[in-house]
Amino acid sequence: MSRNSVLRIFAVFALGWALASAFAAAQSNQQLRFCLHSDPKTFNPLLAEEDSSETIRYLTGGVLMRLNRLTQDLEPELATAWRVSDGGKTITFKLRSGLSFSDGTPFTADDVAYTIQQMMDPNLHSPTGDAFRSGDGKVQTRVFDAERLSVTFPAPIAGLDKLFDQVAIMSAKSPKKEMAVLGPYAVVDYKAGNYVLLEKNPNYWRHDSTGKQLPYIQTVRLDIQSNRDNEMLKLVHGEIDFINSLDAEYFDKLSQQNPSLVHDSGVSLDSEQLWFNQVPTSPLPDYKKAWFRSTAFRRAISEAINREDLARVAFRGHARPAVGPLSPANKFWFNTKLQPHLFDQKSSLSRLTQDGFHMQDGVLKDRDGHAVEFSLITNAGNKYRERMAAMIQQDLSGVGVKLNVVTLDFPSLIERITRSFDYEACLLGLINNDLDPNSSQMNVWLSSGENHQWNPSQKTPATPWEAEIDKLMHEQATSLDARKRKAAFDRVQEIAWEQEPFIYLVNRNALAAVSPNARNVHPVVLRPQVYWNIDEISLGNEVAKNR
Amino acid sequence: MKWARLFGIGFLIVVTFACVFANFVAPSYAHQFRDEPDAAPSRQHLLGTDDLGRDRFARVLYGTRVSLLLAPAAALVSSLLAVLIGGTAGFLGGWVERSVMAATDLFLSLPWLFLLITVRALLPLNVSPITSVAITFALLGCLGWAAAARVICADARSLAHSDFILLARASGSSGLRLLWRQVVPNLRPIVFAQFWISIPVFILTEANLGVLGLGVAEPLPSWGSLLRELQSYSAITGQPWQFVPLILFVVVVSCFHLVLLEQESPA
Repeated sequence: MSRNSVLRIFAVFALGWALASAFAAAQSNQQLRFCLHSDPKTFNPLLAEEDSSETIRYLTGGVLMRLNRLTQDLEPELATAWRVSDGGKTITFKLRSGLSFSDGTPFTADDVAYTIQQMMDPNLHSPTGDAFRSGDGKVQTRVFDAERLSVTFPAPIAGLDKLFDQVAIMSAKSPKKEMAVLGPYAVVDYKAGNYVLLEKNPNYWRHDSTGKQLPYIQTVRLDIQSNRDNEMLKLVHGEIDFINSLDAEYFDKLSQQNPSLVHDSGVSLDSEQLWFNQVPTSPLPDYKKAWFRSTAFRRAISEAINREDLARVAFRGHARPAVGPLSPANKFWFNTKLQPHLFDQKSSLSRLTQDGFHMQDGVLKDRDGHAVEFSLITNAGNKYRERMAAMIQQDLSGVGVKLNVVTLDFPSLIERITRSFDYEACLLGLINNDLDPNSSQMNVWLSSGENHQWNPSQKTPATPWEAEIDKLMHEQATSLDARKRKAAFDRVQEIAWEQEPFIYLVNRNALAAVSPNARNVHPVVLRPQVYWNIDEISLGNEVAKNR
Repeated sequence: MKWARLFGIGFLIVVTFACVFANFVAPSYAHQFRDEPDAAPSRQHLLGTDDLGRDRFARVLYGTRVSLLLAPAAALVSSLLAVLIGGTAGFLGGWVERSVMAATDLFLSLPWLFLLITVRALLPLNVSPITSVAITFALLGCLGWAAAARVICADARSLAHSDFILLARASGSSGLRLLWRQVVPNLRPIVFAQFWISIPVFILTEANLGVLGLGVAEPLPSWGSLLRELQSYSAITGQPWQFVPLILFVVVVSCFHLVLLEQESPA
């Protein structure tokens, strides 16, 4: 073989290698990657209820209206206009014309009617449909033409239009069933325990201001990775583009390495709270039931807890002292007149003294001489709650209260707080996704609610203030006047602040990490914090070297 | 290997002394210095502070005390149960032995950790941390006899058929007297070995429960709760002093084995 031939072969190989590298780089640059923490349990958007399935629903589902996570306003999507009428029972939609599902099936009003009927089918047990179940009777859908329809529910639903943010429209006719979508992406591949691959929906309806079809990114790869350490290392090595929800420790760690990676969007909707068991039939001694039913006792315990310290130490400063059922992140519904309860052990002791308690040798005792000692259960393995419990233990010792902290596995804890009621106090959190109290707070604040944790499923309200809350919750749920609804729920928040059936401790911040390669990312406090504007996100030119 | 045994014994004595007299050499293990969470080692806090600002040196000493004092107690309970069950079954033989060993096999096949978690969840909630740790180790002792019982049963069986037992029977000794006077004393070496082996096993089991957040209750430290700090690799990088409880744990468990190794070595 001549020298020229060798050079030629070498040149061909070099060219091939360069082309392959360029192609790979281009491919890589067109792919956004992030992690799911478990396999999605379903691809049916109506059955999504855990984080992974909801992520897929958000990325693939087309909705009639979308809540803008930044402004918290409702914006038109598949519906260009809508009107709520009939006292909140009926909603009429005007749909966009000429749209198609990802497989090319045309989108019409029949698809919306089909989705609603499926969602309200009692045999499907759709978690999305639960928020729409307002009373006995069937949901009526009336299709006027291909672009107009109305839906009538058996009873009024407050905040009806906002609920449609969660309803991904399915095709009535497509043979691909739920895999035919109207959102920015469609699922093209799934390897259990490994990844879910989404590809740009070729028929997605949105375009940018220059007329270019969205989304900008060609594919989204969702790596299934339950280990948070590995997820963080992947981000640091450029293997993924963001982490949607970050722990305080990881946030600080990443912040030390590269401050531009992390984003603290401020206080989120999530809260951490403790409550005392006030169930009359619980197997607790009568004197303890009397303590827990006393408003003065609950207020005193609340004042003896240093919330500022909880936020600063347990959450590394990435949390704020909580005020009540809603956090300040809920711009419209939060009652701005209320402030967090201040840490004041003198005031706490004074309340306790007025309520018949007294200090004896550094131990708080009730009027019958029982030393004030109770247990606080929380779920094992949650380091923030375990830290908070240990801090509360030290705080309460300052007013002579002995607190025994018990960590239980989650099923045992749930058994105790929902069935046997064999517990004294419980520390848990509430992950809140909905802004409207009608969907997120109804089951918590109605005395008949199952999530009315301190004394659930009451036949009649046990106290006058619970009766007043019931009345206010019904009032806000049946009114269509936003101001009246707000006034009613403001009062609910005031009663919750005064009575403290839940002692709200902190609202944690929404923390995220985003690679500098991802453009037009604006993390917010509402879920999904980072990719809420997925169709507008693009990738920079820096190709991740480890992909 | 004599030096290894001496090192093991010496180290265990030093650690035991340090733990017993922890009150004199370290500050409170529970007090939270909230302005200094996750602090680096200093003159005030020799091993820095934990995530709540508690002195880590004090927590290591008190945690070691909890694990080192209660694990032998649990090992004693399990060894006594093993002698009672395994020794009697091996000595009596026949259907008694077969039934007891079948029950032991069934007990061994139970998923230990889940059993412990379940039993612990059923216990009363309002107990002090000291009581809770005693309950945890008592549970370990009550549930950990089965493997030792099998070994002791086999030894008791061979003893029951030995010449000196035959001679004792011929001399008119029988029943409990024979068991107590002749068999049990001859089981002593194997019981001692089982007891010694159980100690690190119980320490490890408590550590496993602690890592799951189900071990000793706050604010009392134990090795399990101290090792939980190491769960997140990313949270500990750059803070090598956090590894001290792990190193101490490994060295102490190794020392138990070194002491036993010498015991088992042929003369």
